[in-house]
Amino acid sequence: MIVTRGLTKRFGSVLAVDHVDLDVRAGDRYGFLGPNGSGKTTVIRMLLGLVFATSGEIEMLGKPVPARLREVLPNVGSLVEGPSAYGHLSGRANLALIDAAGRAGGRRTRRRRIDQALESVGLAGIDTRPVRKYSLGMRQRLGLAAALLRAPKLLVLDEPTNGLDPLGIREIRDLLAGLNEAGTTVFLSSHQLAEVEQLCTRVGVVDRGRLVLQAELSALRPATGRVIVHSPDADRAAAELDGLIASRDGDRLVVAEADPAELNTRLVAAGLRVTEIRPERRSLEDLVLQLTSPGADRIGRDPGQPGRDPGQPGGRRPPPAGDAQ
Amino acid sequence: MIRVELAKLVRRPRTWGSILLLCALPTVVAVFIAVTHVAPAPGQGPALLSAVLSDGSLYPAAALALVLPIFLPIAVAIMAGDAISGEASSGMLRYLLARPVGRTRLLVAKLISVIAYVLGAVILVAVTAYATGAGLFGTSPVVVTSRGLAASAVATSLSGTPMTPADIAVRTLGAVAFIGVSMLGVASIALFGSTLTDSSLGAALGALAALITSGVLVALNSAASVSPYLPTRYWLAWADFFREPILWRNIERGFAIQGIYVAVFLAAAWANFATKDVTS
Repeated sequence: MIVTRGLTKRFGSVLAVDHVDLDVRAGDRYGFLGPNGSGKTTVIRMLLGLVFATSGEIEMLGKPVPARLREVLPNVGSLVEGPSAYGHLSGRANLALIDAAGRAGGRRTRRRRIDQALESVGLAGIDTRPVRKYSLGMRQRLGLAAALLRAPKLLVLDEPTNGLDPLGIREIRDLLAGLNEAGTTVFLSSHQLAEVEQLCTRVGVVDRGRLVLQAELSALRPATGRVIVHSPDADRAAAELDGLIASRDGDRLVVAEADPAELNTRLVAAGLRVTEIRPERRSLEDLVLQLTSPGADRIGRDPGQPGRDPGQPGGRRPPPAGDAQ
Repeated sequence: MIRVELAKLVRRPRTWGSILLLCALPTVVAVFIAVTHVAPAPGQGPALLSAVLSDGSLYPAAALALVLPIFLPIAVAIMAGDAISGEASSGMLRYLLARPVGRTRLLVAKLISVIAYVLGAVILVAVTAYATGAGLFGTSPVVVTSRGLAASAVATSLSGTPMTPADIAVRTLGAVAFIGVSMLGVASIALFGSTLTDSSLGAALGALAALITSGVLVALNSAASVSPYLPTRYWLAWADFFREPILWRNIERGFAIQGIYVAVFLAAAWANFATKDVTS
């Protein structure tokens, strides 16, 4: 659905996107991740023909972009950097205007399609209040409704659940999963990693303009070969498992042992109580934090230190090598 | 898309607010003149205003003369300056382009909506002015001379031709068209500015700065060499429609210079917008 080859964008002296090779397949639920300022939005803008690439190729729905944008975009629903609407008009009037703009609208079906889109994003009972009186969550839903108006084959969504409450996030997640099952490919950018973990089947991670990872989510999260044990008898357990303890934090032990069942038998045989035992998996959060540098919105005093220490996912950065302190 | 832009223009409170203000100024002036019966002496004050006391059907032209120097260009610059940058700052530009609406198409639709606004504003000013003029001053024949208009009372001493209502209507239409085209020149400068920046105010102020500069240079003798090429040079030439015979020379030049400004700035606006990275 989306293929880019060597996609590069330079804004003046800033290299915003650097040789990105995206591969989003039909039917994917693709999570596009990365810190703020890593180039996610610029990539999305290039996909939609808003920003022109410095070099590289884009293919969407099998057609080159931006050369054949006019054929591609009617099949693409998008939400880019937050929803927008004309504040003095009602939600319905906004959808009617946006649907009438451009060609593939279809006047006769407009009212029905607007009703359907509003219904699916949970705004069916919307009144004639002007959009400027809407809450952030309502605007977000309206933006999604605009993206869904033409039953697109591909949804390109930048932060689709921004501004929604937990229930709203869940509704949108269910909506996107439902659309995906009905055949829509979903490409969404987010930094809400938990949300992506629950929805997406495939992820791509960008860091400072480069695509540092692109893979199936299931392949990214194998067991680490360690087991996490919570026990009120942590002291005795640590003594019992001497040499296997990788780390300890209160009553939480990380044990270098691949089989939780085996470990559990051993602990119970020794008369130790276990409240929780499970294989350790890397979370998507750990993975992403390991692969990426701090967001561009974090302006520290320390000059740019590439990457984070893989041993300390999400943790503090070590002093630069060779630093005398 | 053109229909969508026109619908947006009509449904926008700002459109009607600005037109209301434009129509209000000549009405206020008419009331003052009608109450006091003190009109500027012929040749002084805004063009034609001295003649309206005797013939109210001239008031549309006088009203246009009142709004032309400042009010009308400001309104046009604001509307045209808002065309693209307003969409950009409201965040709708990206959604329109991703609809997809072709960039050239969007620019053309915006231009047509600006033209509709300009013509609508000028015509509404003329119509309300005709209503106030005819209502407050009545209509009686006025003669037109090579030096302009004169009330019929003094016309006997001048070798003028009395103007029939049809004559006035035709001349007023000519003036409306001329002023409309002059305002299109302003609109194209502002539209070009609108593709350069995401700030509507910036685009409108840019266009007004260009007009003020032009106005200053036109009045400056040492800038006489460039003055024929300045956008405001022939703005007042519409008054030549109210001479007998009509002085076509400056009217023609005015149309030509505005045509050139419109063509150049629209081409620049198109070239810039069609290749621009939309990051708003």
